[in-house]
Parts: sequence; structure tokens; C-alpha cells
Amino acid sequence: MNYALTVITAALAGFLARWYMLRRDYRQYPSYPQGWAIHLFLGFIGGLIGAIIVPAFLEKEFAALSFLLLAASQFREVRKVERDTLEAMESTEMVKRGTAYIEGIARVFETRNYLAIWVALGVSLVFEFFAWLGPWRVLPAALAGLILAVLLNQLMQGKQIGDLARVQIVPLKFENSMLVVGPKYMTNIGLAEAREVFVKRGLAAVIQPSGPNAKATLANVGQMQAIAHDVASMVGIYMDVDEQEYTPLVRRDSDTGNLYLVMIPSEQNRDAFLAAIRRVPVLEGAVRKPLTSLPGKMVD
Amino acid sequence: MEIERAGEILAVIALDPSRVSGGAPIFFAENNEQQFAVALILARILGGTVHDLENGVCVVTRH
Repeated sequence: MNYALTVITAALAGFLARWYMLRRDYRQYPSYPQGWAIHLFLGFIGGLIGAIIVPAFLEKEFAALSFLLLAASQFREVRKVERDTLEAMESTEMVKRGTAYIEGIARVFETRNYLAIWVALGVSLVFEFFAWLGPWRVLPAALAGLILAVLLNQLMQGKQIGDLARVQIVPLKFENSMLVVGPKYMTNIGLAEAREVFVKRGLAAVIQPSGPNAKATLANVGQMQAIAHDVASMVGIYMDVDEQEYTPLVRRDSDTGNLYLVMIPSEQNRDAFLAAIRRVPVLEGAVRKPLTSLPGKMVD
Repeated sequence: MEIERAGEILAVIALDPSRVSGGAPIFFAENNEQQFAVALILARILGGTVHDLENGVCVVTRH
């Protein structure tokens, strides 16, 4: 039998699915164009693996099938490569991403290749199932691929800080040299000039978790660092490498579980600042759900 | 296990010699103005932050 059309269609579907998922990333990571080229190629390989599984099965080529499954395990390397790249670039970031965020990003990139394999496998299955339609089977296969890609992508969408918490502007002030945001002593700023910059250009916000689950999630240090990094990369930051005192700070109020963020954005736009905080992704590794446990329910 | 220090005092700038001793390099200043001028220069040279202990002593730390 001739499976050329099946393999080409399904591999193309996997490739397109990977492309679609790349387009949905708003952080400009992977970088364009080299990073894109790497991931599109990997997506194509994934698509090819998913595409060949069905014909191999139909032809009872189980040895080939085993090799394909072995090849799929190679995608674990993707996570390592992404992690290494981001870790190597970490020292060039004005505001660090933090290891938790890096781990999250690396995991997403590994996952998306598996999603490309799923899409290709689905398309390949539908393509063979509708073999009696002749060349017209491209239509149901394309439809299946589209639905799968959108559905899988939707399922993989994580939450954002705005879903877990209320975000509001709070005034910042100085008590002598201590920077105070709401009830929280953030840090000590020794230089009068730096204090002036904070008063004139600084913005501060409170992030109030909506419940015990959100409170536990926001207490993660990696999540706090990710907030600082992402807000700084979205609204821009007013600092130079040797001006450590202007580093954005995220601190947690032990009484309420509220987070306080203070930073000096490059433009003092409150709405943009709040929107940026709400859009920060909730890290998968930071999510905690104490309410699902009995002791968690007892203390609530 | 490796213990990583969160912050490190790189320099101490004081007005009153009787208030400080030991450890980090200590610089003395005549007055408040000079103290913070020295602190700023040291902070920029060392890539640190100036903190005011509010007792006539300020320190340059690296976080």
C-alpha cells in the first residue's frame, strides 16, 4: 500500500500545529528567527513520528513502531536544551527569570512537541479511517487536525495572576530610609537621590490572593521572581546594571498572604503596570492546592 | 551543602569612629553629605547598594 499521502499530510499537520503554538507565545521566546527555526524543525520531526505510527501499525511493522516510540523519547532533550540556554542567558538579564520560571518554560517547549505528535497521529488515523473517500479524505483529516490543535492548546493554557488575585495600586512612602508599601517594609534605600527617584517615578501594587489555594501558590519564591521579571519585561524598567537599588522587589505580607510589588517602570503608566501584573503566568511548578487536603480544609 | 550568602557588606562609611570596628573596609567621613557622596561612589564602583542604618553609619552591600 502507498502511505505517502498519509505521512505527508499528517507530518504537515504536526508541523502546522507546532507553528500555531509558536504564534501564541507573547514573550518573544523562542527568539525569532533562529529559535523559531529550531522549534519548527523539531515540530516537523515530531509530526513525522506521529504520522508514521499509523502506517507502521497497519503494516504490522512492530519493530519500526518500537523505534518510533524510542525516537519520541528524544524530545526530553528539548527540555534540557531550553533550560541550558535560558540558564546561560540568565546573567545577562537585568531582572532574573529565576529557576522556577526557566523550568516552566523548558517544560512548555517539551510538551508542545508531544502535542505536535498527538496532532499528527490524530490526522494520520482519520486519514486512514476515511481511506474510501480517496483524495477527499484530506478534508476530514484537516478538520480533525484543526480541532485537535486548538483543543490541546486550550487545555495547555495556564492561568494568569489576574485569575488568582486582585491587583491594585498602593501608594509607596519612605519612613526615614525605609521604603514602605502598604503595611510592608520593603527595603532600606540609603541614598537621598534614589529615594527621590522612587517617590517621583516608582509604582507599587498589592496582589491579593482570592483564596487559600491562591495564597499558597503566590507564596512560592519562584512565582514572586517570575512576577518581577515579567512585569519588568512588559512595561520596561528604569535602571542600569550598577544601580541595584532600583531592582524590582516582591515581598509577601505574612499576615494576609498579600504580595507587594514595587518597581520603577520606564513610563509611569498605572494601567499598563496593573495589566502587566495580571498577565504574568502562574507557574505550573508553583501551583499548590491545600484545600484538596483534609488539614487544608480544617484550617480554612 | 553549599551555603550562599544573600547579601554581603562590602564597605562601611561612618561618621563616628567609636561606632564601628572590624570586618569590612571602613571609611570615615566628616559630615552627612560627604558620607553619602563616598557611599555613592563606592556603590557604583562595587556594583552595590547603599543602606542607611540611621545611626550615623551607612553600608554598601551586594545582594
